[in-house]
Amino acid sequence: MTGRWTLVLGAVLAGVFALAALVSLVWVPVPVETFAVSFKLKPIGTPGFPLGTDHFGRDILSMLMVGARTSIAVAIVAVGIGIAFGVPLGLLAAAQRGGLVDELVMRGNDLVFAFPSLVIAILITAVFGPSATNAILAIGIFNIPVFARVTRGGALSLWTLDYIRAAEVAGKGRARISMEHILPNIANLLIVQGTIQFSLGILAEAGLSYVGLGAQPPIPSWGRMLAEAQTMIVMAPHMAILPGLAIVLTVLGLNLMGDGLRDLLDPRLRRTR
Amino acid sequence: MLRYTLSRLVSLGLSLVVASLVIFAVIEVIPGDPASFMLGMNAADDTVAALREQLGLNGTLAERYLAWVGGMLLGDFGVSYTYRVPVADLIAARMQVSVPLTVYALVLSTSIAIPVGLIAAARQGKATDLAVMATTQMGVAVPNFWFAMILVLIFAVNLRWFPSGGFPGWDKGVWLNLKALTLPAIALALPQASILARVMRSSVLETLSQDYIRTARAKGLTRTQAVLRHAFRNALIPVLTILGLQFSFLLAGAIIIENVFFLPGLGRLIFQGITQRDLIVVESVVMLLVGAVIVVNFLVDLAYAAVDPRLRARA
Repeated sequence: MTGRWTLVLGAVLAGVFALAALVSLVWVPVPVETFAVSFKLKPIGTPGFPLGTDHFGRDILSMLMVGARTSIAVAIVAVGIGIAFGVPLGLLAAAQRGGLVDELVMRGNDLVFAFPSLVIAILITAVFGPSATNAILAIGIFNIPVFARVTRGGALSLWTLDYIRAAEVAGKGRARISMEHILPNIANLLIVQGTIQFSLGILAEAGLSYVGLGAQPPIPSWGRMLAEAQTMIVMAPHMAILPGLAIVLTVLGLNLMGDGLRDLLDPRLRRTR
Repeated sequence: MLRYTLSRLVSLGLSLVVASLVIFAVIEVIPGDPASFMLGMNAADDTVAALREQLGLNGTLAERYLAWVGGMLLGDFGVSYTYRVPVADLIAARMQVSVPLTVYALVLSTSIAIPVGLIAAARQGKATDLAVMATTQMGVAVPNFWFAMILVLIFAVNLRWFPSGGFPGWDKGVWLNLKALTLPAIALALPQASILARVMRSSVLETLSQDYIRTARAKGLTRTQAVLRHAFRNALIPVLTILGLQFSFLLAGAIIIENVFFLPGLGRLIFQGITQRDLIVVESVVMLLVGAVIVVNFLVDLAYAAVDPRLRARA
């Protein structure tokens, strides 16, 4: 599949869930606070509840829509944290190669590779209490060194190029060169990495909320919907299948988008793929 | 090789120290102190004081850190507050589940991924390759705990081939326990196998574009022969690195998967520790997991250098 089609397919998949999340801000088929116990555990296709209901009689379609909001919000903020701290660190590290910040960024990266991030996320949420905010922090902290590494790597290769040397000779400071010449030229790299971290963030949020360390009730989240479905799996398998499909399709969409973007933005990578 | 090993040993030591400092710091920043955190808000002052004494919380920060690390080095992980037994004993018992599970998953993932990646590369662009790429793309997107639930639904609830959870214990015989660990191991292995197969494929393709492969083909070898005789071994080098990294994903993944299948492993121990506010258990088990990952990555580094002489020269 060419990069363009991969990108389109991915964008459509991810876009559906992004749209569902946006729509849920103003409208859901049935408010998720509505417990219609007499309608509990209805299967897919029940009139009024197109995707059925859960054990409290809540509408699963509405829960999935609001759940999309939770997942996407957590992942966006976590990626935002990574970019906001990681990119400046990476730029600084590359501008002062071999300096203190450079050393810090590299060692921070080693550490992140050594730590199973989920274990630390669990530790953080265990200590500070389970909540969506702490889940964001736990996921976001691990994005910082990732973006710092990508930024540093991209920037280092640019610093050797003639036009950057020319800018230096022309009297521009290293900070200004980083902002005016380096950053715009590594934006592609950052967009691709952002997409990858976004999809990893969705998976991490689902994992954390599945074990009860993410968003707390009554805020619906895909991970907790799965946790609640586990005991009902024999009576109501749709409760377990639907939120999982939502996660898979969103993550798949984002991964395809990442692949497609990389192919389009960096033709050199096409060869081996 | 000796110089390289020494430099890796130093960085192994440093990583372990930094990791222990990070974990210690996270536990230390708990609002209030660990004793009142563990006992809850309604605990009497003298109970808290007694626990502080028992936990050795009255010393300075440095004293407490050294006591914790020193104890661990000697195999003393402290005494669990809720279980009232040495944490080392708890860990030893739980490792009898977690270690076999991780190894089982690693064996599954490797034995699936390497041939699959190899076949996809050998048939690049053909239907087999496209099917492998599509399947692994899905595999990477599937959360392992959800895959676990689907496996339970199909193979435990409907077909009744495997138990849906629990662990009989090794004294009940190997077969029953392997059966109990099979679904969890498959659930853990799938996403890792997908990543590994993709790495294997692109690594073989990369190797196939090298000059020595062209020479081999020019000598009259078919593409398949060239892949098996020349590309395969060289392509394994990056796969080795990924395998080391995957160990940490498997360990972390096992924490969640153990909860899906009610397996009494280290992951369940951490969660029981968290819900019972037993910080001594949480702190020690987390350190153990992180330590295991750091040591495995160190071993992979050594293996990597043994295979690829260029790395030794760089150190």
